[in-house]
Amino acid sequence: MKHMRALNKKAARIDNYVSSRTEDVIALQDHSAQRPHVPMGCALMFSPGWEVDAAGGTAGLCQPVERDIYDCFVSCYWPAQVPDHLNNATDWISKCATATKDWRNLDIIFP
Amino acid sequence: MTLATEPRVYRLGEFHRFESQDSEFLYLVPAGAIFAVDEAVAKLIATLSAGELEHQHLVDALTASGLSISDAEELISEMYHAGVIAASDSIREQTQPLPDVFPIQTLVMNLTNQCNLSCQYCYEFGADKVATPEGKPKFMDLPTAKASVDFLLAQSGDRRAIHITFFGGETLMNFPLLKEVVTYANEKAKEQGRNIDFSLTTNATLLTPAIIQFLSENHIGVTVSMDGPKEMHDQLRVFANGKGSYDIIEPKVRALIENHRTRPITARVTLTSGVSDVIRIFRHLKQDLGFHEVGFAPVTSSPNQLYSIGQKGMDGMLEQFHVLADEYLEYAVRGEAHGFSNVSDTLAELCQGVNKSHPCGAGLGLLGVGPSGDLAPCHRFVDSDQHALGHISTGIDREKQADFLQRGHIDSKYDCHTCWARPLCAGGCHHEAFVRYGDTGHPNLHYCDWIRDWTNKCLEIYGAIAVRNPGFLQQFAERKAAQ
Repeated sequence: MKHMRALNKKAARIDNYVSSRTEDVIALQDHSAQRPHVPMGCALMFSPGWEVDAAGGTAGLCQPVERDIYDCFVSCYWPAQVPDHLNNATDWISKCATATKDWRNLDIIFP
Repeated sequence: MTLATEPRVYRLGEFHRFESQDSEFLYLVPAGAIFAVDEAVAKLIATLSAGELEHQHLVDALTASGLSISDAEELISEMYHAGVIAASDSIREQTQPLPDVFPIQTLVMNLTNQCNLSCQYCYEFGADKVATPEGKPKFMDLPTAKASVDFLLAQSGDRRAIHITFFGGETLMNFPLLKEVVTYANEKAKEQGRNIDFSLTTNATLLTPAIIQFLSENHIGVTVSMDGPKEMHDQLRVFANGKGSYDIIEPKVRALIENHRTRPITARVTLTSGVSDVIRIFRHLKQDLGFHEVGFAPVTSSPNQLYSIGQKGMDGMLEQFHVLADEYLEYAVRGEAHGFSNVSDTLAELCQGVNKSHPCGAGLGLLGVGPSGDLAPCHRFVDSDQHALGHISTGIDREKQADFLQRGHIDSKYDCHTCWARPLCAGGCHHEAFVRYGDTGHPNLHYCDWIRDWTNKCLEIYGAIAVRNPGFLQQFAERKAAQ
Protein backbone atom coordinates (compact mmCIF):
# COMPACT_ATOMS: atom_id res chain seq x y z
CA MET A 1 0.00 0.00 0.00
CA LYS A 2 1.19 3.46 -0.78
CA HIS A 3 -0.07 5.38 2.24
CA MET A 4 0.05 2.89 5.09
CA ARG A 5 2.83 0.63 6.36
CA ALA A 6 1.79 -2.60 8.04
CA LEU A 7 3.31 -3.02 11.51
CA ASN A 8 1.78 -6.24 12.77
CA LYS A 9 0.55 -9.56 11.43
CA LYS A 10 -3.06 -8.53 10.97
CA ALA A 11 -1.97 -5.38 9.17
CA ALA A 12 0.16 -7.49 6.84
CA ARG A 13 -2.89 -9.58 5.97
CA ILE A 14 -4.92 -6.47 5.25
CA ASP A 15 -2.05 -5.17 3.13
CA ASN A 16 -2.19 -8.35 1.04
CA TYR A 17 -5.92 -8.11 0.72
CA VAL A 18 -5.84 -4.47 -0.37
CA SER A 19 -3.16 -5.22 -2.95
CA SER A 20 -5.32 -7.97 -4.38
CA ARG A 21 -8.24 -5.57 -4.68
CA THR A 22 -6.50 -2.46 -5.93
CA GLU A 23 -3.74 -3.77 -8.17
CA ASP A 24 -4.27 -5.31 -11.55
CA VAL A 25 -2.69 -8.15 -13.49
CA ILE A 26 -0.14 -6.64 -15.84
CA ALA A 27 2.19 -7.94 -18.52
CA LEU A 28 5.91 -8.33 -18.05
CA GLN A 29 6.56 -5.92 -20.88
CA ASP A 30 4.26 -3.27 -19.51
CA HIS A 31 6.55 -0.55 -18.20
CA SER A 32 3.84 1.30 -16.34
CA ALA A 33 4.32 2.55 -12.78
CA GLN A 34 2.88 -0.65 -11.41
CA ARG A 35 5.41 -3.44 -11.65
CA PRO A 36 4.55 -7.10 -11.73
CA HIS A 37 4.93 -8.97 -8.42
CA VAL A 38 6.34 -12.11 -10.05
CA PRO A 39 8.24 -13.37 -11.89
CA MET A 40 11.63 -11.90 -12.57
CA GLY A 41 12.04 -14.50 -15.27
CA CYS A 42 14.55 -14.77 -18.06
CA ALA A 43 15.28 -11.11 -18.40
CA LEU A 44 17.92 -11.51 -15.71
CA MET A 45 19.20 -15.01 -16.25
CA PHE A 46 19.44 -17.67 -18.84
CA SER A 47 16.37 -19.73 -18.41
CA PRO A 48 15.08 -21.71 -21.33
CA GLY A 49 11.46 -21.18 -21.95
CA TRP A 50 10.48 -17.54 -21.88
CA GLU A 51 8.85 -16.10 -24.91
CA VAL A 52 10.75 -12.84 -24.97
CA ASP A 53 14.08 -11.58 -23.75
CA ALA A 54 14.95 -8.46 -21.82
CA ALA A 55 14.62 -6.32 -24.92
CA GLY A 56 11.19 -7.63 -25.70
CA GLY A 57 12.41 -9.72 -28.63
CA THR A 58 13.13 -13.39 -29.17
CA ALA A 59 16.80 -13.03 -30.16
CA GLY A 60 18.13 -14.56 -26.98
CA LEU A 61 15.86 -17.52 -27.13
CA CYS A 62 16.68 -20.44 -29.33
CA GLN A 63 15.10 -23.44 -27.75
CA PRO A 64 12.62 -25.62 -29.43
CA VAL A 65 9.16 -25.44 -28.04
CA GLU A 66 9.63 -28.55 -25.91
CA ARG A 67 12.12 -26.69 -23.77
CA ASP A 68 9.52 -24.14 -22.96
CA ILE A 69 8.42 -26.13 -20.01
CA TYR A 70 11.80 -26.19 -18.27
CA ASP A 71 11.36 -23.06 -16.23
CA CYS A 72 7.83 -23.97 -15.27
CA PHE A 73 9.25 -27.20 -13.94
CA VAL A 74 12.15 -25.70 -12.00
CA SER A 75 11.02 -22.50 -10.45
CA CYS A 76 7.84 -21.04 -11.79
CA TYR A 77 4.32 -20.91 -10.53
CA TRP A 78 2.90 -20.95 -14.04
CA PRO A 79 0.28 -23.66 -14.33
CA ALA A 80 1.74 -25.35 -17.39
CA GLN A 81 1.81 -28.98 -18.28
CA VAL A 82 5.19 -29.92 -16.84
CA PRO A 83 6.84 -33.22 -16.17
CA ASP A 84 5.57 -34.66 -12.92
CA HIS A 85 8.69 -34.23 -10.82
CA LEU A 86 7.11 -35.75 -7.71
CA ASN A 87 6.29 -39.19 -9.10
CA ASN A 88 7.06 -40.05 -12.68
CA ALA A 89 9.87 -37.80 -13.78
CA THR A 90 11.89 -37.11 -10.67
CA ASP A 91 15.15 -37.19 -12.61
CA TRP A 92 14.06 -35.06 -15.55
CA ILE A 93 16.61 -32.37 -14.85
CA SER A 94 19.29 -34.63 -13.45
CA LYS A 95 21.39 -34.20 -16.60
CA CYS A 96 20.92 -30.46 -16.67
CA ALA A 97 23.20 -29.14 -13.97
CA THR A 98 23.64 -25.74 -15.57
CA ALA A 99 20.82 -24.54 -17.75
CA THR A 100 23.03 -22.37 -19.96
CA LYS A 101 25.23 -25.33 -20.90
CA ASP A 102 23.11 -28.38 -20.47
CA TRP A 103 19.69 -27.40 -21.69
CA ARG A 104 20.03 -29.75 -24.64
CA ASN A 105 19.90 -32.65 -22.22
CA LEU A 106 16.35 -31.86 -21.28
CA ASP A 107 14.46 -34.53 -23.07
CA ILE A 108 10.91 -34.88 -24.09
CA ILE A 109 8.90 -37.19 -21.91
CA PHE A 110 6.53 -39.65 -23.42
CA PRO A 111 3.79 -41.05 -21.25
CA MET B 1 -24.76 -4.61 -20.28
CA THR B 2 -24.09 -1.66 -18.05
CA LEU B 3 -25.06 -1.61 -14.43
CA ALA B 4 -25.96 1.73 -13.01
CA THR B 5 -24.58 2.00 -9.48
CA GLU B 6 -25.10 4.65 -6.88
CA PRO B 7 -21.90 6.50 -6.08
CA ARG B 8 -20.45 5.40 -2.78
CA VAL B 9 -20.95 7.61 0.25
CA TYR B 10 -17.96 7.37 2.56
CA ARG B 11 -17.71 7.70 6.31
CA LEU B 12 -14.89 6.98 8.75
CA GLY B 13 -14.35 3.33 9.64
CA GLU B 14 -13.64 2.11 13.15
CA PHE B 15 -10.10 2.89 14.22
CA HIS B 16 -8.08 4.38 17.03
CA ARG B 17 -5.54 7.01 16.07
CA PHE B 18 -2.34 7.49 17.98
CA GLU B 19 0.96 9.29 17.65
CA SER B 20 4.44 8.29 18.66
CA GLN B 21 7.91 9.56 17.78
CA ASP B 22 6.31 12.27 15.62
CA SER B 23 4.72 9.61 13.46
CA GLU B 24 1.05 8.92 12.98
CA PHE B 25 -0.50 5.47 13.44
CA LEU B 26 -3.86 3.77 13.12
CA TYR B 27 -5.14 0.83 15.11
CA LEU B 28 -7.92 -0.70 13.03
CA VAL B 29 -10.32 -1.97 15.63
CA PRO B 30 -12.30 -4.76 14.02
CA ALA B 31 -9.07 -6.38 12.81
CA GLY B 32 -6.54 -5.47 15.49
CA ALA B 33 -4.21 -4.21 12.74
CA ILE B 34 -1.55 -1.53 13.30
CA PHE B 35 -0.43 0.75 10.49
CA ALA B 36 1.93 3.68 10.21
CA VAL B 37 0.17 6.22 7.98
CA ASP B 38 1.27 9.23 5.98
CA GLU B 39 -0.07 12.76 5.72
CA ALA B 40 -2.49 11.91 2.92
CA VAL B 41 -4.33 9.53 5.23
CA ALA B 42 -4.45 12.20 7.90
CA LYS B 43 -5.98 14.55 5.34
CA LEU B 44 -8.58 11.99 4.37
CA ILE B 45 -9.52 11.39 8.00
CA ALA B 46 -9.73 15.12 8.67
CA THR B 47 -11.96 15.55 5.62
CA LEU B 48 -14.37 12.80 6.65
CA SER B 49 -14.37 13.82 10.32
CA ALA B 50 -16.75 16.61 9.36
CA GLY B 51 -19.29 14.10 8.06
CA GLU B 52 -20.09 11.70 5.25
CA LEU B 53 -19.12 12.54 1.68
CA GLU B 54 -20.08 11.20 -1.71
CA HIS B 55 -17.21 9.81 -3.79
CA GLN B 56 -16.82 12.78 -6.12
CA HIS B 57 -17.04 15.29 -3.28
CA LEU B 58 -14.38 13.41 -1.38
CA VAL B 59 -12.11 13.43 -4.45
CA ASP B 60 -12.74 17.17 -4.84
CA ALA B 61 -11.92 17.85 -1.20
CA LEU B 62 -8.68 15.87 -1.44
CA THR B 63 -7.57 17.51 -4.68
CA ALA B 64 -8.32 20.89 -3.12
CA SER B 65 -5.86 20.01 -0.38
CA GLY B 66 -3.11 19.30 -2.88
CA LEU B 67 -3.47 15.71 -4.11
CA SER B 68 -3.71 14.93 -7.80
CA ILE B 69 -6.94 13.29 -8.95
CA SER B 70 -5.30 9.93 -9.55
CA ASP B 71 -3.59 10.05 -6.13
CA ALA B 72 -6.91 10.88 -4.49
CA GLU B 73 -8.67 8.02 -6.25
CA GLU B 74 -5.93 5.62 -5.32
CA LEU B 75 -5.94 6.76 -1.69
CA ILE B 76 -9.70 6.37 -1.40
CA SER B 77 -9.59 2.93 -2.93
CA GLU B 78 -6.83 1.76 -0.59
CA MET B 79 -8.45 3.17 2.51
CA TYR B 80 -11.84 1.76 1.54
CA HIS B 81 -10.51 -1.75 1.04
CA ALA B 82 -8.45 -1.58 4.23
CA GLY B 83 -11.50 -0.48 6.23
CA VAL B 84 -10.14 2.90 7.32
CA ILE B 85 -13.15 4.42 5.61
CA ALA B 86 -16.43 2.65 5.04
CA ALA B 87 -19.41 2.94 2.74
CA SER B 88 -22.85 1.41 2.77
CA ASP B 89 -21.57 -1.54 0.77
CA SER B 90 -18.75 -2.26 3.24
CA ILE B 91 -18.93 -5.82 4.43
CA ARG B 92 -19.50 -6.04 8.13
CA GLU B 93 -17.37 -8.70 9.71
CA GLN B 94 -19.56 -11.60 10.77
CA THR B 95 -18.63 -13.18 14.07
CA GLN B 96 -17.57 -16.75 13.71
CA PRO B 97 -19.41 -19.34 15.73
CA LEU B 98 -17.24 -21.13 18.26
CA PRO B 99 -15.92 -24.45 17.07
CA ASP B 100 -17.81 -27.41 18.55
CA VAL B 101 -14.70 -28.79 20.11
CA PHE B 102 -11.82 -26.55 21.05
CA PRO B 103 -8.67 -28.49 21.91
CA ILE B 104 -7.31 -27.74 25.37
CA GLN B 105 -3.81 -26.38 25.52
CA THR B 106 -3.33 -25.69 29.19
CA LEU B 107 -4.52 -27.48 32.29
CA VAL B 108 -4.12 -25.70 35.60
CA MET B 109 -3.88 -28.32 38.32
CA ASN B 110 -4.72 -27.11 41.81
CA LEU B 111 -2.69 -29.68 43.69
CA THR B 112 -4.15 -28.54 46.99
CA ASN B 113 -6.61 -25.95 48.20
CA GLN B 114 -4.63 -25.57 51.43
CA CYS B 115 -2.25 -22.70 52.06
CA ASN B 116 0.29 -21.91 54.78
CA LEU B 117 -0.26 -18.18 54.35
CA SER B 118 -3.35 -16.15 55.17
CA CYS B 119 -3.16 -13.28 52.71
CA GLN B 120 -6.19 -11.17 53.40
CA TYR B 121 -6.97 -10.47 49.77
CA CYS B 122 -6.84 -14.09 48.65
CA TYR B 123 -9.59 -14.87 46.17
CA GLU B 124 -9.66 -18.44 47.39
CA PHE B 125 -10.09 -17.75 51.11
CA GLY B 126 -10.81 -14.03 51.46
CA ALA B 127 -14.14 -12.24 51.80
CA ASP B 128 -14.92 -12.43 48.09
CA LYS B 129 -14.16 -16.11 47.63
CA VAL B 130 -16.19 -18.13 45.15
CA ALA B 131 -14.82 -21.52 46.23
CA THR B 132 -16.98 -23.95 48.15
CA PRO B 133 -14.39 -26.48 49.31
CA GLU B 134 -16.45 -27.92 52.20
CA GLY B 135 -16.48 -31.69 52.18
CA LYS B 136 -14.07 -31.90 49.25
CA PRO B 137 -10.54 -33.33 49.34
CA LYS B 138 -7.89 -30.87 50.48
CA PHE B 139 -5.10 -32.49 48.53
CA MET B 140 -5.22 -34.00 45.08
CA ASP B 141 -4.35 -37.69 45.05
CA LEU B 142 -2.27 -39.54 42.49
CA PRO B 143 -5.13 -41.26 40.60
CA THR B 144 -6.89 -37.91 40.12
CA ALA B 145 -3.64 -36.30 39.00
CA LYS B 146 -2.92 -39.06 36.50
CA ALA B 147 -6.48 -38.90 35.22
CA SER B 148 -5.99 -35.16 34.75
CA VAL B 149 -2.86 -35.68 32.66
CA ASP B 150 -4.64 -38.32 30.57
CA PHE B 151 -7.57 -35.95 30.18
CA LEU B 152 -5.29 -33.16 28.96
CA LEU B 153 -3.56 -35.41 26.45
CA ALA B 154 -6.86 -36.76 25.17
CA GLN B 155 -8.56 -33.37 24.97
CA SER B 156 -5.71 -31.43 23.41
CA GLY B 157 -6.38 -32.64 19.88
CA ASP B 158 -3.39 -32.33 17.62
CA ARG B 159 -1.66 -29.53 19.51
CA ARG B 160 2.02 -30.29 19.60
CA ALA B 161 2.85 -28.22 22.66
CA ILE B 162 0.72 -28.49 25.76
CA HIS B 163 1.15 -27.02 29.20
CA ILE B 164 0.46 -27.99 32.76
CA THR B 165 0.45 -25.25 35.36
CA PHE B 166 0.58 -26.27 39.01
CA PHE B 167 -1.39 -24.13 41.35
CA GLY B 168 -2.90 -24.08 44.81
CA GLY B 169 -3.59 -23.19 47.64
CA GLU B 170 0.14 -23.28 48.07
CA THR B 171 1.36 -25.51 45.28
CA LEU B 172 4.47 -26.73 47.10
CA MET B 173 2.39 -28.13 50.00
CA ASN B 174 1.79 -31.02 47.63
CA PHE B 175 5.27 -31.19 46.10
CA PRO B 176 5.47 -35.03 46.25
CA LEU B 177 2.50 -35.20 43.92
CA LEU B 178 3.96 -32.52 41.64
CA LYS B 179 7.06 -34.67 41.17
CA GLU B 180 5.02 -37.70 40.28
CA VAL B 181 2.88 -35.74 37.83
CA VAL B 182 5.96 -34.40 36.02
CA THR B 183 7.39 -37.90 35.64
CA TYR B 184 4.08 -39.39 34.55
CA ALA B 185 3.19 -36.58 32.14
CA ASN B 186 6.64 -36.63 30.52
CA GLU B 187 6.37 -40.38 29.97
CA LYS B 188 2.90 -40.15 28.46
CA ALA B 189 3.75 -37.18 26.26
CA LYS B 190 6.88 -38.93 25.00
CA GLU B 191 4.85 -41.99 24.06
CA GLN B 192 2.70 -39.75 21.89
CA GLY B 193 5.61 -37.77 20.49
CA ARG B 194 4.43 -34.49 21.95
CA ASN B 195 5.93 -31.71 24.00
CA ILE B 196 4.61 -30.90 27.42
CA ASP B 197 5.93 -28.13 29.60
CA PHE B 198 5.31 -27.17 33.18
CA SER B 199 5.07 -24.09 35.29
CA LEU B 200 3.95 -23.31 38.79
CA THR B 201 2.94 -20.46 41.01
CA THR B 202 4.14 -20.41 44.59
CA ASN B 203 4.44 -18.13 47.59
CA ALA B 204 8.06 -19.36 47.91
CA THR B 205 7.82 -20.14 51.64
CA LEU B 206 8.45 -23.85 51.12
CA LEU B 207 11.26 -23.70 48.56
CA THR B 208 14.29 -25.85 49.45
CA PRO B 209 17.54 -26.43 47.55
CA ALA B 210 16.26 -29.88 46.54
CA ILE B 211 13.01 -28.47 45.20
CA ILE B 212 14.84 -25.73 43.32
CA GLN B 213 17.12 -28.31 41.77
CA PHE B 214 14.14 -30.41 40.69
CA LEU B 215 12.40 -27.39 39.16
CA SER B 216 15.52 -26.38 37.29
CA GLU B 217 16.30 -29.87 36.04
CA ASN B 218 12.77 -30.29 34.75
CA HIS B 219 12.55 -26.86 33.12
CA ILE B 220 9.59 -25.88 35.27
CA GLY B 221 8.73 -22.19 34.96
CA VAL B 222 8.24 -20.48 38.31
CA THR B 223 6.09 -17.51 39.19
CA VAL B 224 6.45 -16.18 42.73
CA SER B 225 3.56 -14.25 44.24
CA MET B 226 5.35 -11.39 45.91
CA ASP B 227 4.31 -7.84 46.64
CA GLY B 228 7.58 -5.94 46.88
CA PRO B 229 10.01 -4.91 49.60
CA LYS B 230 9.40 -6.05 53.17
CA GLU B 231 7.19 -3.25 54.43
CA MET B 232 4.85 -3.65 51.45
CA HIS B 233 4.98 -7.41 51.06
CA ASP B 234 4.26 -7.96 54.76
CA GLN B 235 1.12 -5.83 54.80
CA LEU B 236 -1.13 -8.56 53.42
CA ARG B 237 1.02 -11.58 52.65
CA VAL B 238 1.07 -12.95 56.17
CA PHE B 239 0.98 -16.23 58.08
CA ALA B 240 -2.07 -17.17 60.14
CA ASN B 241 -0.50 -15.48 63.19
CA GLY B 242 -0.26 -12.19 61.28
CA LYS B 243 3.50 -12.35 60.85
CA GLY B 244 4.74 -11.24 57.44
CA SER B 245 6.33 -13.77 55.10
CA TYR B 246 9.04 -11.56 53.55
CA ASP B 247 11.91 -12.61 55.80
CA ILE B 248 11.17 -16.27 55.19
CA ILE B 249 10.98 -16.03 51.41
CA GLU B 250 13.69 -13.48 50.62
CA PRO B 251 16.67 -15.86 50.91
CA LYS B 252 14.65 -18.62 49.20
CA VAL B 253 13.80 -16.37 46.27
CA ARG B 254 17.45 -15.38 45.91
CA ALA B 255 18.45 -19.05 45.93
CA LEU B 256 15.75 -19.82 43.35
CA ILE B 257 16.92 -17.11 40.96
CA GLU B 258 20.55 -18.04 41.50
CA ASN B 259 20.12 -21.78 40.94
CA HIS B 260 17.15 -22.21 38.60
CA ARG B 261 18.73 -21.44 35.28
CA THR B 262 16.53 -23.17 32.76
CA ARG B 263 13.48 -20.89 32.66
CA PRO B 264 12.89 -17.23 33.46
CA ILE B 265 11.68 -16.58 36.99
CA THR B 266 8.74 -14.23 37.25
CA ALA B 267 7.27 -12.20 40.10
CA ARG B 268 3.56 -11.51 40.19
CA VAL B 269 2.53 -8.53 42.27
CA THR B 270 -0.94 -7.85 43.61
CA LEU B 271 -1.56 -4.13 44.02
CA THR B 272 -3.81 -3.00 46.85
CA SER B 273 -4.68 0.28 48.54
CA GLY B 274 -1.61 0.05 50.79
CA VAL B 275 0.73 -1.50 48.27
CA SER B 276 0.74 0.72 45.21
CA ASP B 277 4.27 2.08 44.82
CA VAL B 278 4.75 0.29 41.50
CA ILE B 279 8.13 1.76 40.66
CA ARG B 280 9.68 0.97 44.01
CA ILE B 281 8.25 -2.55 43.93
CA PHE B 282 9.60 -3.05 40.41
CA ARG B 283 13.08 -1.80 41.34
CA HIS B 284 13.20 -4.08 44.35
CA LEU B 285 12.01 -7.22 42.60
CA LYS B 286 13.90 -6.67 39.35
CA GLN B 287 17.10 -5.06 40.51
CA ASP B 288 17.56 -6.08 44.16
CA LEU B 289 16.25 -9.62 43.91
CA GLY B 290 16.92 -10.27 40.21
CA PHE B 291 13.59 -11.56 38.88
CA HIS B 292 13.63 -11.78 35.07
CA GLU B 293 10.11 -10.47 34.69
CA VAL B 294 7.76 -8.63 37.02
CA GLY B 295 4.04 -8.35 36.36
CA PHE B 296 1.44 -6.33 38.23
CA ALA B 297 -2.31 -6.62 38.65
CA PRO B 298 -4.71 -4.76 40.91
CA VAL B 299 -6.37 -6.96 43.49
CA THR B 300 -9.68 -8.55 42.54
CA SER B 301 -12.25 -7.52 45.09
CA SER B 302 -15.73 -6.24 45.60
CA PRO B 303 -15.56 -2.42 45.77
CA ASN B 304 -15.85 -1.99 49.53
CA GLN B 305 -12.95 -4.05 50.80
CA LEU B 306 -10.41 -2.00 52.74
CA TYR B 307 -7.61 -3.27 50.53
CA SER B 308 -9.39 -2.65 47.23
CA ILE B 309 -7.50 -0.17 45.17
CA GLY B 310 -10.13 2.42 44.28
CA GLN B 311 -10.20 4.97 41.48
CA LYS B 312 -7.44 7.14 42.92
CA GLY B 313 -5.19 4.16 43.40
CA MET B 314 -5.84 3.01 39.84
CA ASP B 315 -4.86 6.45 38.51
CA GLY B 316 -1.66 6.47 40.53
CA MET B 317 -0.86 2.99 39.36
CA LEU B 318 -1.37 4.02 35.74
CA GLU B 319 0.97 6.98 36.10
CA GLN B 320 3.69 4.69 37.37
CA PHE B 321 2.99 2.13 34.66
CA HIS B 322 3.66 4.93 32.16
CA VAL B 323 7.04 5.66 33.71
CA LEU B 324 8.06 2.00 33.53
CA ALA B 325 6.67 1.72 29.99
CA ASP B 326 8.84 4.64 28.83
CA GLU B 327 11.79 2.95 30.46
CA TYR B 328 10.84 -0.28 28.65
CA LEU B 329 10.97 1.62 25.36
CA GLU B 330 14.49 2.87 26.02
CA TYR B 331 15.59 -0.69 26.76
CA ALA B 332 13.84 -1.98 23.63
CA VAL B 333 15.54 0.61 21.45
CA ARG B 334 18.87 -0.73 22.72
CA GLY B 335 17.61 -4.25 22.14
CA GLU B 336 17.64 -5.10 25.85
CA ALA B 337 15.04 -6.87 27.98
CA HIS B 338 13.49 -4.62 30.59
CA GLY B 339 11.35 -7.08 32.52
CA PHE B 340 8.09 -5.18 32.95
CA SER B 341 5.84 -7.95 31.75
CA ASN B 342 2.69 -5.86 31.61
CA VAL B 343 4.25 -4.18 28.56
CA SER B 344 5.76 -7.26 26.94
CA ASP B 345 2.54 -9.28 27.30
CA THR B 346 0.56 -6.52 25.60
CA LEU B 347 3.15 -6.02 22.87
CA ALA B 348 2.98 -9.73 22.11
CA GLU B 349 -0.77 -9.48 21.60
CA LEU B 350 -0.45 -6.33 19.53
CA CYS B 351 2.16 -7.97 17.33
CA GLN B 352 -0.23 -10.81 16.54
CA GLY B 353 -3.08 -8.38 16.09
CA VAL B 354 -5.36 -10.41 18.34
CA ASN B 355 -9.07 -9.78 18.18
CA LYS B 356 -10.54 -11.76 21.02
CA SER B 357 -13.96 -13.30 21.26
CA HIS B 358 -13.24 -13.94 24.93
CA PRO B 359 -10.97 -12.11 27.37
CA CYS B 360 -8.82 -15.19 27.97
CA GLY B 361 -8.64 -18.89 27.30
CA ALA B 362 -10.66 -19.88 30.38
CA GLY B 363 -13.16 -22.59 29.54
CA LEU B 364 -11.84 -22.66 26.00
CA GLY B 365 -8.18 -23.69 25.62
CA LEU B 366 -7.56 -23.63 29.35
CA LEU B 367 -9.27 -25.43 32.20
CA GLY B 368 -8.65 -25.69 35.92
CA VAL B 369 -8.92 -28.93 37.85
CA GLY B 370 -9.36 -29.02 41.61
CA PRO B 371 -8.13 -31.57 44.18
CA SER B 372 -11.46 -33.36 43.87
CA GLY B 373 -11.14 -33.67 40.10
CA ASP B 374 -13.81 -31.05 39.47
CA LEU B 375 -13.21 -29.07 36.28
CA ALA B 376 -13.48 -25.30 36.31
CA PRO B 377 -13.06 -22.54 33.70
CA CYS B 378 -9.74 -21.62 35.32
CA HIS B 379 -7.83 -21.89 38.61
CA ARG B 380 -9.78 -18.97 40.05
CA PHE B 381 -13.04 -20.92 39.86
CA VAL B 382 -11.67 -24.22 41.10
CA ASP B 383 -13.71 -25.80 43.93
CA SER B 384 -16.71 -23.59 43.20
CA ASP B 385 -19.84 -25.72 42.77
CA GLN B 386 -21.58 -22.93 40.92
CA HIS B 387 -18.91 -22.71 38.23
CA ALA B 388 -17.89 -26.36 37.84
CA LEU B 389 -17.71 -27.47 34.21
CA GLY B 390 -17.79 -31.21 34.82
CA HIS B 391 -15.43 -33.70 36.40
CA ILE B 392 -12.18 -35.25 35.29
CA SER B 393 -13.81 -38.71 35.31
CA THR B 394 -16.83 -37.73 33.23
CA GLY B 395 -15.29 -35.03 31.05
CA ILE B 396 -16.39 -31.53 30.22
CA ASP B 397 -20.03 -30.67 30.82
CA ARG B 398 -20.65 -29.24 27.35
CA GLU B 399 -23.87 -27.53 28.32
CA LYS B 400 -22.29 -25.61 31.19
CA GLN B 401 -19.25 -24.83 29.11
CA ALA B 402 -21.43 -23.45 26.32
CA ASP B 403 -23.30 -21.30 28.83
CA PHE B 404 -20.07 -19.96 30.29
CA LEU B 405 -18.61 -19.20 26.88
CA GLN B 406 -21.77 -17.62 25.56
CA ARG B 407 -21.93 -15.27 28.57
CA GLY B 408 -18.30 -14.33 28.23
CA HIS B 409 -18.42 -13.76 24.46
CA ILE B 410 -17.76 -10.21 23.32
CA ASP B 411 -21.01 -10.28 21.33
CA SER B 412 -22.94 -10.58 24.60
CA LYS B 413 -21.21 -7.53 26.09
CA TYR B 414 -23.07 -4.61 24.58
CA ASP B 415 -21.10 -2.01 26.52
CA CYS B 416 -17.98 -3.16 24.72
CA HIS B 417 -19.28 -2.84 21.18
CA THR B 418 -18.29 0.80 20.79
CA CYS B 419 -14.96 0.51 22.58
CA TRP B 420 -11.79 0.57 20.50
CA ALA B 421 -9.85 -1.45 23.10
CA ARG B 422 -12.16 -4.48 22.85
CA PRO B 423 -9.90 -6.59 20.60
CA LEU B 424 -7.48 -6.99 23.51
CA CYS B 425 -9.74 -6.63 26.53
CA ALA B 426 -12.94 -8.36 25.45
CA GLY B 427 -14.60 -7.23 28.66
CA GLY B 428 -11.91 -8.37 31.09
CA CYS B 429 -11.50 -11.20 33.59
CA HIS B 430 -14.51 -13.53 34.04
CA HIS B 431 -13.66 -14.00 37.70
CA GLU B 432 -13.29 -10.29 38.40
CA ALA B 433 -16.65 -9.76 36.70
CA PHE B 434 -18.29 -12.35 38.90
CA VAL B 435 -16.85 -10.86 42.08
CA ARG B 436 -17.90 -7.33 41.06
CA TYR B 437 -21.18 -7.92 39.30
CA GLY B 438 -22.24 -11.47 40.13
CA ASP B 439 -22.03 -12.53 36.49
CA THR B 440 -18.98 -13.92 34.70
CA GLY B 441 -20.25 -12.38 31.46
CA HIS B 442 -20.55 -8.82 32.75
CA PRO B 443 -18.02 -6.40 31.25
CA ASN B 444 -15.66 -5.02 33.88
CA LEU B 445 -16.88 -1.47 33.52
CA HIS B 446 -14.97 -0.26 36.57
CA TYR B 447 -11.67 -0.33 34.71
CA CYS B 448 -12.62 0.65 31.13
CA ASP B 449 -10.86 4.03 31.19
CA TRP B 450 -7.85 2.42 32.71
CA ILE B 451 -7.67 -0.30 30.05
CA ARG B 452 -8.07 2.20 27.23
CA ASP B 453 -5.33 4.43 28.60
CA TRP B 454 -2.99 1.50 29.11
CA THR B 455 -3.72 0.00 25.69
CA ASN B 456 -3.05 3.39 24.11
CA LYS B 457 0.25 3.61 25.96
CA CYS B 458 1.27 0.16 24.76
CA LEU B 459 0.29 1.09 21.20
CA GLU B 460 2.53 4.15 21.46
CA ILE B 461 5.37 1.98 22.70
CA TYR B 462 4.72 -0.49 19.87
CA GLY B 463 4.73 2.30 17.29
CA ALA B 464 7.89 3.81 18.74
CA ILE B 465 9.72 0.46 18.67
CA ALA B 466 8.51 -0.13 15.11
CA VAL B 467 10.12 3.19 14.14
CA ARG B 468 13.32 2.98 16.16
CA ASN B 469 14.17 -0.71 16.44
CA PRO B 470 11.70 -2.85 14.49
CA GLY B 471 13.83 -5.98 14.90
CA PHE B 472 12.95 -6.02 18.60
CA LEU B 473 9.36 -6.90 17.76
CA GLN B 474 10.48 -10.07 16.01
CA GLN B 475 10.54 -11.95 19.34
CA PHE B 476 6.79 -11.49 19.61
CA ALA B 477 6.05 -12.78 16.13
CA GLU B 478 5.99 -16.43 17.11
CA ARG B 479 2.44 -17.27 17.91
CA LYS B 480 1.91 -19.28 21.07
CA ALA B 481 -1.44 -20.70 20.08
CA ALA B 482 -0.16 -21.90 16.73
CA GLN B 483 2.25 -24.36 18.29
